[in-house]
Parts: sequence; structure tokens; C-alpha cells
Amino acid sequence: MTSGELPTRRDQDDVAIAFVGVHKWYGSFHALRNVNLRVRRGERIVVCGPSGSGKSTLIRCVNGLEEHQRGSIFVDGVELTRNIRRIDEVRREVGMVFQTFNLFPHLTVLENCTLAPIWVRKIPRREAETMAMALLERVKIPEQAAKYPGQLSGGQQQRVAIARALAMSPKIMLFDEPTSSLDPEMVKEVLDTMRALAEIGMTMIVVTHEMGFARQVADRVVFMDNGEIIEINAPDPFFDDPKHERTRLFLRQILH
Amino acid sequence: MAQSIAYVRESSEPEDLPPDLYQGAVAWLKTNLFSSMASSLTTLVFVGLMIWVVPPLVAWATTNAVWAAPDGEACRQHQDGACWAFIGAKFDYLRFGSYPSAERWRVNVTEAIGGAVILWLLWPNARRRGIAALLFFFAYPILAFLLVHGSERLGLPIVDTLLWGGMFVTLLTALVAIVFSLPLGMLLALGRRSQLPVVRLAAVIFIEFVRGVPFITVLFMANTMLPLFLPEQWTPDRLLRPLVGIVLFSAAYMAEEVRGGLQAIRRGQYEGAMALGLHYPLMMALVILPQALAVVLPGIVNNFVGLFMDTTLVSIVGMTDFLEAMNNAFKDPVWSGPSVTTTGYVFAGMVYFAFCYSMARYSAFVERSLAKGRSA
Repeated sequence: MTSGELPTRRDQDDVAIAFVGVHKWYGSFHALRNVNLRVRRGERIVVCGPSGSGKSTLIRCVNGLEEHQRGSIFVDGVELTRNIRRIDEVRREVGMVFQTFNLFPHLTVLENCTLAPIWVRKIPRREAETMAMALLERVKIPEQAAKYPGQLSGGQQQRVAIARALAMSPKIMLFDEPTSSLDPEMVKEVLDTMRALAEIGMTMIVVTHEMGFARQVADRVVFMDNGEIIEINAPDPFFDDPKHERTRLFLRQILH
Repeated sequence: MAQSIAYVRESSEPEDLPPDLYQGAVAWLKTNLFSSMASSLTTLVFVGLMIWVVPPLVAWATTNAVWAAPDGEACRQHQDGACWAFIGAKFDYLRFGSYPSAERWRVNVTEAIGGAVILWLLWPNARRRGIAALLFFFAYPILAFLLVHGSERLGLPIVDTLLWGGMFVTLLTALVAIVFSLPLGMLLALGRRSQLPVVRLAAVIFIEFVRGVPFITVLFMANTMLPLFLPEQWTPDRLLRPLVGIVLFSAAYMAEEVRGGLQAIRRGQYEGAMALGLHYPLMMALVILPQALAVVLPGIVNNFVGLFMDTTLVSIVGMTDFLEAMNNAFKDPVWSGPSVTTTGYVFAGMVYFAFCYSMARYSAFVERSLAKGRSA
């Protein structure tokens, strides 16, 4: 929103993320087909759909981990182009939590959380550590700060990953199937952490199969299939009265 | 039984000692040396071999040896013993080559400072290692050059590199090769995995070309070709040429080693770093390379050890390294004799072994301390 060349209109200032006619191909495979979606600030979006439907690809486009080939994506008013500077600028404001945690195994939990603040945000080490400890407190594992990721359980690692992303004070958080590689008894602790995050008004896009979480936390649920958005609706009508045949089929399959 | 009652313990089992043949010296012998017929036989054969080989060797090195003598006469008479007197007499030459006697303190000072800085750098949990690294990689090379080569302004007479020799040249060559080849190798490895085709191609051509050529060829190239390509007034120093050769040569091998480490790093690590907004150099320096280097540390040290051995080859382009100094010392008619040659090579072997073995031990130590943190 700084320079006039960016095609953001004033009345869209409350739009955190905008997909405008986005297409993406992997080689000749058409992975995203004409995706249009506006995420408002503070909005919680849950994306669901069968595997290979493009939901991960969709959120990976938000921070430039994947490149789209047609259409435009605006994140916090900045258009994602191939300009790596601009992508880095967006990445600083967008936190991401992965299915496989992707913590840095050679660094302690605390160092994982302070690395980017110190080197990217140029925050003094002392200050970064205080902030990271406060975040570890928030995800309820301050006592693990000096350990290495390999010494923690999956649920604890994922909470560290959330704290690490939050340490950059992002405006938007992306979750790419954050509970899919966890043992069942650890899913709740991660979902609770995400719930707490939703309560403080964080803008979130969550790709997940946790339908209970979706119903409870989401403002809107996005259903994707075959690279297209099929249906977008508030959670209650989405689950109780799905409109599209493919949505109904999908919900029947996962809710047994 | 009509009443099925759950089992409840009433008294604890007393703690007891393990059976005799479970631990202790006898048990160790039985499990490790005499566990079976074949293992007993092997043990006996090796014990026999040791009895046959070790005592004569020890006698050769100690009781039969000539420890002090003014010249080689005593050694020529006691050919069944080592001639340590020869090492003593030639010790200074083996260390410094033809470096002028009056100026040798400069080499001593340089080596002492270097040793101290390296110790600081490698000592586990030493404080302010960052400063040690800065000193070692930036301040020390300049200081060492000024001290050893000399500088009119500092009042140190210039000593031509033609006079440099002995252990000092071996250490210098090894150190320069190690210090420069690893960073260069890292750059080449990153280049080989670059997304820019031109960079990638250049790195691949360099690495494959150097790896496909014997080290001696590289040395000859550096020695004879380098001056041809450069303007006459730039002709590099006689000592510098093989140094450049050895750095380029080992960098290519280092690059392949580092590339192996880079390939062991999962894609998620890159994505985790990128998602945090780390740009490429930061991502590589803070996240990817530390992990990649830890993975291939044994290979890198293996390269260092090989490099240390390869320094002996610089003698063929006219540098007097430690081994070449030893060969020169044999030619002294005052000392020449068969036991002198044997002693010299045994001593040289021991010196090379001491350096390489300590490198290997240190890397094993680092591996252990790295493993402590990473695994669960």
C-alpha cells in the first residue's frame, strides 16, 4: 500500500490476501484453475478437499513457495511477482506451519525461534530471546527451550514450529495440514494452540482434514477439487447443507 | 480352582551378584578372545605375530639405536639399530630447510602464534571463537606473511621463498590448502546446484576437469602454465604456484564432498527457511550448510588428511617440503648410511602419522558432540 503502482484500491484495505484468476501448472499438469478468493483481515479460512485437489498448492502460492503462471496474488497489498525481493518482503509478513514441521535440527528450540527475528528483522539477540520465550510460553513448552527438535514429540515440535512462525510477528498465518503427521493423542494440543491463535484475531488459512476444527473456528470453509474452488460457505451451512454434488460426496466420504 | 485370584507379590526378590563368568577380566577374555575355536586360533596367531615382530622393532628403536654421535660413523657400525643421532643433527634443517639460521626465530614465532590461534579455534566450548576465526582467517595470514617473508619497513630482512623448506613448508602448504579449499569447495558445490545454468555449467566443468586430472598434472600446470598466461611482471612466486594448484585441486574434491551433504538436506529445510523470509545467502549460511557440513564431516576430514599427504608431491616442482628435506639430508656424506635412511623414513612416517591421526581424532570428537544434540 506504499506506492501507487500497486493496483490496490483503498476500499480493499481490509483484504489480507486476494487471488485474482490464478492459474498454476506443474509441467503440463493444470494444478490451479482460475482461483478467485479474497481473505479479509482477521478472517479464518479452512481449505479442504481430496488429496491432489490443489489446496496445499494454493496456500504455498501465498508466500511464493510455488509460483503461479497466470492471474495475480496480492498479499497485504503487495503483488507477488517473480521479484525475489518482493517475495521475501511478503514472506516476512506471512508465517507458515508445515505438515512435516521443518524445524532446524541443528539448532535448539529457542534458536529456531530467534534465527529469523535476529537475522531478518535485525532484532537484538536479547530482545529476540525474550520474545521467543514469551511465545514458547504461549504454546506451553517454555521448559523445552534448550532442547533440540529431535528430542521433542511430534506435537511439541509442531507447537515450536508455530512459535517460530509467530516470532516474526506475521500478519497472516498459513497452516499446511499441521496435524496430518501427528500421532492421534497429539492432535488436540496443536489444534488448541491454533484455536488460541484464532481467538486473538490472526488472519489464518488452514489446510486441514480436521472437520471439527473447521466447524468451530473457521469463518468460511473453502472446498477444492481438481484444482478448482467448488464451494465456499460458512461452516454450518457448508457441513449441514452442502450445495455442490462433489462437496456432498467428499463430506460423505470423510465423515463416514 | 474355583476362586481365580489376581497375583499379588508379598516379598521383594533380594538383589544378587551376577554369575562369575558374566563380567570381569576372565569373562571379557572368554567373550572377546576365546569365544570359539576359530577366535581362539586367531588370537593365538596374532599374539605369536606380535611376539615375533614387536620386540625386535622395539630393540631397533631403543636399545640398539645410536642416540648421540658426532657423525655417521657409529650408525654405520650399528646397522641393527636406529640412528636417532642423525635426526638430532638434521633437526633444524628438517624444520626450516635453508631458511637463514639468524632469522629462524621468525618461523618459530609464526608457528607458535598459529598453533595458539588454531587451539583457540578448535578448543571445545572456547569463548569468543568468532574472534579466533577472524584472527585465523584474516589477521594471521597477513602477520605470517610479514613475519616469514619479511618486510623492509618492519626491519625484517626479506627471505626469498627459494630458501623456505622443511616442516615449515609442509605446514604452510597444508594450512593454505585446507583454509582455502573448503570455502572454495563450498562455493563450487553451491554453484553446481545453482538454478542459473551458466553458473552450474562453469562449476561442473571446473570440478569434473580437475577431478579428471592427476594431482601431479595440476602441479605442473600451475608451475609452468600459470606464468605463461600472466603478464611477465605478474609472474607468481615459485612457492605460490603449487599452492594455487593444490588449493584448486582439493577444492574440486571438497566441492563433491559438500554436494553430497547438500543432497542429504531435505526440501523442507529450504522451505522452512524461505518461509521465514531468509534470503538465499542467509538460508545457506545459517540453515543448509551447517547441516550439510555436519553430515559430511568425516569425508571432509578424510580429504584434509589426503591433502596433508599430497603436500609431499610439491617437491616435484622444486619445493623443499619435509619429506624432500629428509631426502636432502640423506645426501650428506658425513651421515649417509643404510640405517640413516631407514631411520629418516620411519621418523617422517611418525610425524605424518601424528598430524593425520590427531585430525582424525578431532573429527571423531566433533562428530560425537554433534550427534549428541541432533538425535533424540
